[in-house]
Amino acid sequence: MTRILLVGASSAIAAACARRWAADGAQLMLVGRDADKLEAIARDLTVRGAASVSTFVLDALDTPRHAEMLAAAVHTLGTIDIALIAHGTLPNQQACQLDVSQTLRELASNATSVIALLTLLATHLEGQQHGSLAVITSVAGDRGRPSNYVYGSAKAAVSTFCEGLRPRLFKAGVSLTDIRPGFVNTPMTAGLPLPAMLVAEPDTVATRIVHGIARKRDVLYVPAFWAIILLIVRLLPRPLFKRLSC
Amino acid sequence: MPTLLSWGRHPQTPQTPTPCHWPDDLSRGLADLQRQGRTTLAYGAGLSYGDSGLAASDHVLHTIGLDRFIAADWQTGRVTAQAGVTFEQMLSVSIPRGWYLPVSPGTKYVTLGGAIANDVHGKNHHRHGTLGRHIVRLGLRRSDRAPLVCSATDETALFRATIGGLGLTGLIEWAEVKLMPIRSSRIRSVTQRFDTLDEFFALSATLDLQHEFCVSWIDCGAAGRSLGRGVYMAGDFADEGPLEVAHPRRLTMPVTPPVSLVNRATVRAFNALYWRHATRTPTVRTGSYAPFFYPLDSVLQWNRIYGPAGFQQYQCVIPEASARDGIAALLREIAASGLGSPLAVLKRCSDLASPGLLSFPMAGTTLALDFPHSDRLTHDLFPRLDAVVRNAGGRLYPAKDAHMSARDFQDSYPAWTAVEALRDPQLLSRFWQRVTR
Ligand SMILES: Cc1cc2nc3c(=O)[nH]c(=O)nc-3n(C[C@H](O)[C@H](O)[C@H](O)COP(=O)(O)OP(=O)(O)OC[C@H]3O[C@@H](n4cnc5c(N)ncnc54)[C@H](O)[C@@H]3O)c2cc1C
Ligand SMILES: NC(=O)c1ccc[n+]([C@@H]2O[C@H](COP(=O)([O-])OP(=O)(O)OC[C@H]3O[C@@H](n4cnc5c(N)ncnc54)[C@H](OP(=O)(O)O)[C@@H]3O)[C@@H](O)[C@H]2O)c1
Repeated sequence: MTRILLVGASSAIAAACARRWAADGAQLMLVGRDADKLEAIARDLTVRGAASVSTFVLDALDTPRHAEMLAAAVHTLGTIDIALIAHGTLPNQQACQLDVSQTLRELASNATSVIALLTLLATHLEGQQHGSLAVITSVAGDRGRPSNYVYGSAKAAVSTFCEGLRPRLFKAGVSLTDIRPGFVNTPMTAGLPLPAMLVAEPDTVATRIVHGIARKRDVLYVPAFWAIILLIVRLLPRPLFKRLSC
Repeated sequence: MPTLLSWGRHPQTPQTPTPCHWPDDLSRGLADLQRQGRTTLAYGAGLSYGDSGLAASDHVLHTIGLDRFIAADWQTGRVTAQAGVTFEQMLSVSIPRGWYLPVSPGTKYVTLGGAIANDVHGKNHHRHGTLGRHIVRLGLRRSDRAPLVCSATDETALFRATIGGLGLTGLIEWAEVKLMPIRSSRIRSVTQRFDTLDEFFALSATLDLQHEFCVSWIDCGAAGRSLGRGVYMAGDFADEGPLEVAHPRRLTMPVTPPVSLVNRATVRAFNALYWRHATRTPTVRTGSYAPFFYPLDSVLQWNRIYGPAGFQQYQCVIPEASARDGIAALLREIAASGLGSPLAVLKRCSDLASPGLLSFPMAGTTLALDFPHSDRLTHDLFPRLDAVVRNAGGRLYPAKDAHMSARDFQDSYPAWTAVEALRDPQLLSRFWQRVTR
């Protein structure tokens, strides 16, 4: 039985992953800031076959309580086999440009709170000498763009943090998967004018994420074709990128 | 944001969706649109063909994101789920535990809420009646009341009006369903062709009694002595075998061709081949439930095959006493018109009563056929068919309809006034606007 800790468990992508783990009889602990949502997801996962599901209410921005959350997870799950950090917010770039406090809030929810959790969980899993750590960043972190560079830079900070952390964990037999989704049809993107051809369903994305974590992949573009798109985007010479990018 | 159409892609009135993921999104959606002075309607998987799932305001609340299970008792076979859970999802958890949906339409992609709102029937109507008979309770959100629970004992009037209520009496938030036990997920089926309509009625009279699931395919192009020829299919869950969720390979119709691929020539060729493929003596085989119940699900978005103009389904039920003559008259009109498609289905329905006020089935025979949309269809063929149905005392299925007259609707569904009285003033469909004029 796999024991799984999910932070930001009410995210549509995380919940879709959880369904797959539940169907295989996993034991889960769901962490998020909305108790009602966690309860609804816990019931769903139980019907789908989870061995047991517990919940812990935490706002990821509340860093002082992170340790309490980890203690609760260790108490309920014992060993942690998989820990996935999924929470995030999509900033209004325009508003951030005019309001520094909003920019800092977005950096907190997408970068510093994630880095705080990674720090805590990495050390714990390292101590266990076992486990898979995973975090959802974004293809937006691969290169800043005028339309969302606050979000992109936050995600990039996490990805770079992971690059450094991964070799350290590797020595302890712990994997670290940096999951970089492209466009996914979730509440986060509802109402955005995205190109329909490029939008994936959470369920499709979850299949690849669950598989990728099991195979201890380092970086996972989901769906896979984004790896190619981002390769091209990264290779664009800066003078050209400056003129073309939106 | 992408807009939505109905499954038939006719009428082409694009719907702007508000995605609903959590129960409170329903109440919020109702309130937001009310503030804008707009009515609305729930939109599930959008597998209804005509305009009964299209909002009069063209703004729908998209409920497919309400896709969580709430509780399950695998001892008694009761499952409670949010309204956007699809039958495919329900089966994926219930089959391994030895339970199947008590009633299932010809596609497993429908949502629980949508299936209740049309009080759907399946190949076992003669044994189990409609889905509404197997709904224990449901949770409803209305614009004018706090969230409420309806059942055969609580809020009875609303319960009965909501089953088959075309989404008008409130937004279904969740429902509890009584499942049916199975010992295996395999179906033992019997297939046999018939040469005439009389032969269909004779086969159906004897074999329907012996089998849980029955349906017939009919060659809508056959005329004269071949009128009403087709293939009878019956089946039962096997007593032994695995309890396995099917994951068949699925193709997707990638584009909408510029013209309908369904036309007189292709239909004729397909039908003749299909009919000849079946044998006169019964062929028995055992296989997975999926191709037996949901043959069309193997090609996603097959509705595109009809081209940009879309298509319409004509589904009627003719009461027992006039069924033989009524169905024959309909088939004569259809064969003479040269319109029609390979998708034509005939089935006997029983008199098992539904709690629903506007349920479609009645004791008799139901005929369902798809037609590429054209002006000739609406102005020539459908009025002729409607006259036959009217004279035979039958009625049309709102879930498939984009044309029935207000008069025919009101005559054949006299309980509509009771549903109108309980309708949430914030909910209104194009269909309802059309037929209650
Ligand atoms: C290939 C195919 C085969 C079919 N076979 C059959 C069959 O054998 N028997 C049969 O009876 N039907 C059959 N149908 C029709 C289909 O079962 C019904 O139209 C069904 O209601 C579609 O469900 P949906 O989730 O797509 O609902 P939609 O089409 O999206 O909506 C249907 C109605 O339900 C209402 N609704 C949806 N969700 C809610 C909610 N949460 N609360 C309140 N109202 C809601 C809508 O307002 C609308 O009035 C078939 C359809 C297809 C495409
Ligand atoms: N959807 C996409 O196209 C896309 C693309 C690339 C990357 N991503 C990333 O994928 C991850 C999952 O997003 P999603 O698409 O599944 O969207 P989602 O359903 O909106 O999920 C985001 C989740 O983050 C939670 N959250 C936000 N701030 C939080 C906080 N301070 N404390 C606790 N939880 C918090 C939200 O909780 P509440 O429910 O309580 O609000 C919500 O459940 C995010 O990291 C996102 O950046 C998404």
